[in-house]
Amino acid sequence: MTRLYINGIEVDLEEGTTLLEAVEHLGIEIPTLCFHPGLSAYGACRLCVVELGDGRLVSACTYPVQEGLQVRTHSPRVLRARRMLIELLLSICPGSKRLQDLAAEHQVERVRFSVRDERCILCGLCVRMCAEQMMAHAIGFVNRGYRRRITTPFDLTSDVCRRCGGCLYICPVCELRCQGPEAPSVVCGSCMTPAPTCPPVYEDLACYMGAAGECGTCVRGPRTPDRRSPDFTRRRESV
Amino acid sequence: MREVEAIIERYGAKRRHVIAILQDIQTQFHYLPREALLEVAARVRIPLIDLYSIATFYNCFSLVPRGEHVIRVCLGTACHLKGGTRLVEALERELGVREGEMTPDGQFSFETVRCVGACALAPLVLIDGRYYPKMKQRKLTQVLARLRRARPPAEVTQ
Amino acid sequence: MKIRTLEQLKALQGELRAARDHKPCVRVCGGTGCRARGSEEVLARFTTLLQEAGLAEAVDLRFTGCHGLCERGPLVSLAPEGIFYQGVEADDVRAIVMETLARGVVIERLLAQDPVTGKRVRREQEIPFYRRQHRLVLRFNGVIDPTDIREYIAFGGYHALGMVLTRLTPDEVIEIIERSGLRGRGGAGFPTGKKWRLARAAPGSRKYVICNGDEGDPGAFMDRSVLEGNPHSVIEGMIIGAYAVGAAQGIIYVREEYPLAVRTLEIALAQARDYGFLGEEIFGSAFSFDMEIVRGAGAFVAGEETALIAAVEGKVSEPRQRPPYPVHRGVWGHPTVINNVETWANVPVIIERGPEWFASLGTATSKGTKIFSLVGKVANTGLVEIPMGMTLRELIEEIGGGAPPPREIKAVQIGGPSGGCLPKTLFDLPIDYESLTEAGAMMGSGGLIVMDDRTCMVDVARYFMDFLRDESCGKCLPCREGTNRMYELLTAICEGRATESDLELLEELAQVVRETSLCGLGQTAPNPVLTTLRYFRSEYEAHIRERRCPAGVCKALIRYVINAERCTGCLACLSPCPQQAIRGQLKQPHVIDQERCIKCGICHEVCQFEAVEIV
Ligand SMILES: Cc1cc2nc3c(=O)[nH]c(=O)nc-3n(C[C@H](O)[C@H](O)[C@H](O)COP(=O)(O)O)c2cc1C
Ligand code: SF4
Ligand code: SF4
Ligand code: SF4
Ligand code: SF4
Ligand code: FES
Ligand code: FES
Ligand code: FES
Repeated sequence: MTRLYINGIEVDLEEGTTLLEAVEHLGIEIPTLCFHPGLSAYGACRLCVVELGDGRLVSACTYPVQEGLQVRTHSPRVLRARRMLIELLLSICPGSKRLQDLAAEHQVERVRFSVRDERCILCGLCVRMCAEQMMAHAIGFVNRGYRRRITTPFDLTSDVCRRCGGCLYICPVCELRCQGPEAPSVVCGSCMTPAPTCPPVYEDLACYMGAAGECGTCVRGPRTPDRRSPDFTRRRESV
Repeated sequence: MREVEAIIERYGAKRRHVIAILQDIQTQFHYLPREALLEVAARVRIPLIDLYSIATFYNCFSLVPRGEHVIRVCLGTACHLKGGTRLVEALERELGVREGEMTPDGQFSFETVRCVGACALAPLVLIDGRYYPKMKQRKLTQVLARLRRARPPAEVTQ
Repeated sequence: MKIRTLEQLKALQGELRAARDHKPCVRVCGGTGCRARGSEEVLARFTTLLQEAGLAEAVDLRFTGCHGLCERGPLVSLAPEGIFYQGVEADDVRAIVMETLARGVVIERLLAQDPVTGKRVRREQEIPFYRRQHRLVLRFNGVIDPTDIREYIAFGGYHALGMVLTRLTPDEVIEIIERSGLRGRGGAGFPTGKKWRLARAAPGSRKYVICNGDEGDPGAFMDRSVLEGNPHSVIEGMIIGAYAVGAAQGIIYVREEYPLAVRTLEIALAQARDYGFLGEEIFGSAFSFDMEIVRGAGAFVAGEETALIAAVEGKVSEPRQRPPYPVHRGVWGHPTVINNVETWANVPVIIERGPEWFASLGTATSKGTKIFSLVGKVANTGLVEIPMGMTLRELIEEIGGGAPPPREIKAVQIGGPSGGCLPKTLFDLPIDYESLTEAGAMMGSGGLIVMDDRTCMVDVARYFMDFLRDESCGKCLPCREGTNRMYELLTAICEGRATESDLELLEELAQVVRETSLCGLGQTAPNPVLTTLRYFRSEYEAHIRERRCPAGVCKALIRYVINAERCTGCLACLSPCPQQAIRGQLKQPHVIDQERCIKCGICHEVCQFEAVEIV
């Protein structure tokens, strides 16, 4: 058993528990985006940061409990950092309801950066879903740094994709996407319903495994030409 | 592809060797042909997407063929301070292509690198692996002219 | 031949020394810098001409690692007199052979010049660049032939390993390293002995030691020079470390951009195996160990230890959460010690000369020496090794020789993209881990880039942000998007489009990126921005308020004009101008048509009379 203190409350937890589990154990809520209980923790969005006794901010979803740790979940520094992170997220995904809600909760009232509509926050949930739950390994990250995006090998329809829609289901920001060619409504609801809605309706067109860039779900638009890929010029404007 | 098979053989079809395998393929073909990636994925039994991620992550890989002469301008800190960026601009003007592209006649590819470890002689340009220390825009255009003269541009190579 | 005992090694060493000591020796620098300037031809010419002169047997010819003063290459030094020739071209070789070697006449024009007295100096030690250095790790660089293990043995190589394996227990070795006070040279300065102790204590039957030779800092080449000039010191250090922590396997991770280092290491490993320093039952002990080279495929972030582990495992170099630290869960989940090239190279020296001696060098918290690659706008660029605690001023002004007039040094960037820019007013800071960190920079791996009044600090910050947004792995939001947004803001400032509130936003963002990023890359990425803001705020303000770049660098804010008084009307700038923007006649002052000028700066570059000015 490991003893630690969360917002001053003493808790004893088993070794190997993460801080996020510890925090939830106490019923304290902290925002998460790239975390899903059914998938491995990745630590990409940093929204779940908490402050440790030594002043470091660490992501609760990946940090293991340690003896004597002092954790603060809502310190002024944590809140300030979260607000900036949300502002950054909104600046690349302004249309996401989930992000808009987060912004409202955290009193983020403006976005001071120039807005780009990426429709993906690169949280990697879809990649982990596809690999860990669907065992398909159809999609993944390509490039690095600011050029990073999600796609299939060579941006072509994947022949290992199962068309399961798992990636659409898990995406935290896709409410306004995966519309298919003629969307019946603005909100597709795929994120709210456990059943994968798009694939049965639009068949492979709706799944972003459709012809390259056709549907655009999860595929980031050709914002930064991928200089290493021979196919980027062939990709059409998505969505 | 027999060459690819030989390279895989050399290291063994193991996950831990894929980067080395891709490096050797890159050395051999000057880029990573799609068929080669497919073959490595099949032989090493790893998802193609993982290879594709690797191939697009690291600097030394290219998914497009390179030109006959590869020009690399160093944009490490020392070279930047001493005018590396100006050299890039000069090349863009001279060759009419942007960084990472190949001239339409297939003669030159032009890339940038971040430090080649000879910073004391900044700014550096590497042409086909040869170091050109303390480069200037003028000198660069002269070297280009020399290379052009050495071989009149042939028909477009693939 | 396999060496099995310490006595055997000593006997071999004696033999090798006896065979070489009485002979004169020509040492041609084979470092990358000198090779770039044609030292291979110089070497080839020596070979032929020595043959011709019938001196091939009487004179030893060596192609060594970097001598340090790359700026003046190709360098040739002659032992035993210690004559130091610089800027040697293939055509100078005949004179060296015929005069110096055959008749003992020194060739004045190839000697270095003392910048103060203007006198020609003969010996390396008399050159200010070398005088203040303390070459410990680099002691054999420029002396031995790195491709011949016998050279290293002749100078006492592998003796430390022999002592360790035949006389010391692993715990004793760790204690020695702890007592020496050695700290990691790769960046953060973690105590090496402590790291080894943690790894030794970590449960697990398989352990690894790794040498981090990624050297991603753009503008630094310390590790490269050590690997190319004295690879066996690193290998010996790693074998000792492996014995101490109980590892049977080692990995040297070197970036592929250093092909010469890779080749030199391959040769060195093969030779070390031949002599039995790698393999089964080394020095007749029960300890067996071998290692391999892994070539990095090019990614700055791969130098971060968890990212390096991912690369070794054949994956994308994405860092992961620490803890667990590599000493507990490293490659393939096994306890792993990762140390920098220079850290490893210090180990044999410490064993050989004792921890107390080592600890007597340097300051209270930073022991020993540190190698820096001194580049940028100083007179003497090259590789230097100094005792810790020397001030920046001594390093930059005495060793580096200051800025060539009329320029003036204004700042130094230390620690690479993770480090910071320190202004001239702080040049009396001693070089040690704590002082630099306190000032907002960091020791880093040893990149030291000097900047003068023609360097725009906003442009420097923007440069680093451009580098980092591309080199970030892209996994976590604050680093990926934060560096990208900082780059955008800095670009706006450089182009004169920014407002005061952008400056505030930049500061606020930098803070959050530092606090919330997953790995060291993101956590230190804002340093160049924060330090330039802290020490050079007025330059930022000039860009924003006056739309002016004080250093004359930012293209959008400058113009090239020809000073009519200086212009001699030589026509030299006319034809190189890609825009035909310059008009003028012979002996008449020329003028630049601002409408056409694209500010490429070629005219500035070609004008012999400094008539083209930046305003
Ligand atoms: C972004 C980043 C890049 C790094 N690059 C290097 C590098 O090129 N070489 C190196 O030795 N250490 C590098 N490090 C530090 C390593 O993570 C690690 O701390 C070091 O290799 C440990 O060795 P040491 O204790 O001997 O310094 C880097 C760290 C970060 C965060
Ligand atoms: S739809 Fe295809 S890409 Fe998406 S999770 Fe399923 S298998 Fe993977
Ligand atoms: S597409 Fe959605 S789930 Fe996938 S990385 Fe982007 S935001 Fe995350
Ligand atoms: S801080 Fe940067 S380099 Fe490190 S994990 Fe995050 S994105 Fe990658
Ligand atoms: S800066 Fe370039 S374009 Fe402008 S006048 Fe000079 S040479 Fe011509
Ligand atoms: S939820 Fe923890 S980092 Fe995203
Ligand atoms: S910065 Fe160009 S060689 Fe190092
Ligand atoms: S390469 Fe010759 S002195 Fe550095």
